[in-house]
Amino acid sequence: MKTNSFQSSRRFAWLPATLILLALVPRAQAHIVHGEAGGFGSGFHHPWSGLDHICAMVAVGLWGAQLGGRAMWLLPVVFPMVMSVGGFFGLIGVPLPGQEIGIALSALLLGTMVCAEVRPKHLIWPAILVGAFGFYHGHAHGVELPPGQSGLLYSIGFVIATGTLHLCGITIGLLHRWSAGKLTIRLAGGAILACGVYFLWAAVQPETKETAPEKAKASAVEPANFWQYV
Amino acid sequence: MFERVFKRAILTACLAVLFFPARADAHLVTTGLGPVYDGIGHFFLSPGDALAALALALLAGLRGTAAGRRALFVLPVAWFAGGLAGLTTTGWTSPPEEIVGALSLLLLGIFIATDIALPAVAVAILAALIGGTHGFFNGVGMHEAGTGTGVLQLIGVAVTLFVLVALASALAVTAKPMWARIVVRVAGSWIGASGLLWTGWVLHGLK
Repeated sequence: MKTNSFQSSRRFAWLPATLILLALVPRAQAHIVHGEAGGFGSGFHHPWSGLDHICAMVAVGLWGAQLGGRAMWLLPVVFPMVMSVGGFFGLIGVPLPGQEIGIALSALLLGTMVCAEVRPKHLIWPAILVGAFGFYHGHAHGVELPPGQSGLLYSIGFVIATGTLHLCGITIGLLHRWSAGKLTIRLAGGAILACGVYFLWAAVQPETKETAPEKAKASAVEPANFWQYV
Repeated sequence: MFERVFKRAILTACLAVLFFPARADAHLVTTGLGPVYDGIGHFFLSPGDALAALALALLAGLRGTAAGRRALFVLPVAWFAGGLAGLTTTGWTSPPEEIVGALSLLLLGIFIATDIALPAVAVAILAALIGGTHGFFNGVGMHEAGTGTGVLQLIGVAVTLFVLVALASALAVTAKPMWARIVVRVAGSWIGASGLLWTGWVLHGLK
C-alpha cells in the first residue's frame, strides 16, 4: 500500500515541478532582434515564388551570356539595381500602371531576344531594356513585401536570390560556346517567350467579380510613412 | 486526504504565479561572455553595421593600398569616438538609425559598383563619417541599455572592425584580374540595391 502511494506521488510529482519551473522562468530577454531569419528567408524566397519573375531573370542571364564580354556582368548588375529602385517606389506608395502587363512583356521580349539571339550595336540598349523591366519587377515586389520582418535582411535575401537567378541564366548561357549549346539556349529563349505570351494573355484578361477584389487587395499600397522622418 | 489537499494547493499556487509574469526588459543582445565579447559579437548580430563596414573595406581595397591603410585605422577610431559620443548622449530620437544605415549602404554600394576613382583622402573622410555615425548610434543604444560597460563593448567593436577591414580590404586590393574586380563591383551593386530597398522599408514604416 505504501509502495503504491509512493509510486502515485512520484508519478504526480512532475506536474507541480513543471509548473514551478514555468512560474520561475526568467524575464524575457533579447527580444529586440526578431524576424531576422524569417526576413532573410522570405526575401530569398520571394523572387522564386513566381514563374514570371524566374523567366525574366534567367532570360537576363542567358542574354548576357549570349552577348558575352561586358554584357555578361553588366546586365545582371543593372537589373537588381534598377529593380531596387522599382521596389523603393513600390514601398513608398508610388503607383505604377500596367504592372502585370509590363512583367509579362519582360518575359516575352527578353525571351524573344534570347530566342532570336539579338545583338544590338551598343550595349546601352540591352541595359535600358533590362533596366526598364527590372523596374516593373521591383515595383511588383515592393508592393507585396510582408510586414513585420527585418527590412535589411529581407532586402539582402531578395537581392541575393535575384542575383542567383541571373547566375543560373549565365551558367546555362555558358553552353553558348558549343553549337549544340547555342541551339539549346535559343530553345530556352523560345520557352521563355511562350511563357511570356501566356503571362500577357493572363494579364489582359478582363477582371471578373471574383478576381477583382483579390487583385485590388494584392495591389493595395498603404500610404507612405515618409513625413514622420522629416 | 492531506496529500491531496497539498497537491491541489501547489497546483493552484503555481497557476496563480503564472498569471503574474515579470515585465520584459528591452536590452541589447549579450553574449554572456562579458562586454568586450559583446562588442566582438555585435557584428554577428547587427547585419546593417557589418555590411556597412564590409562595404567600406571593399571600397577602400578597390581604391588601392593607400586608401586601404587609411580606412584600416580611421574606421575603427571613428567608430570608437562616435560610440563614446553616443554614450554621453541622452534622449536622442531622430533621425532614425535605420535610415542612416540604409543610406550609407546605398552610397557605398554605388561607389563600389561604379568603381568611382575616389582619392585616398576621400575614402578616409568617408570612413570617418560612416564610422562616426554608426558608432554614435551604437553608443546611444548602449547608453539606453544602461549596462555601464559601453566603453569595453566599444573596444570589442573597434577590434573586430580592425580585423574585418584588414581582411576585406586586403581581399579587394589583391583583386587584380578583371574578373575579380568585377566580382567585387557586383557585390557592391548588391549592397547598394539592398540599401535602397531597406530605405524603402524604413520609409514605408514596416520595420
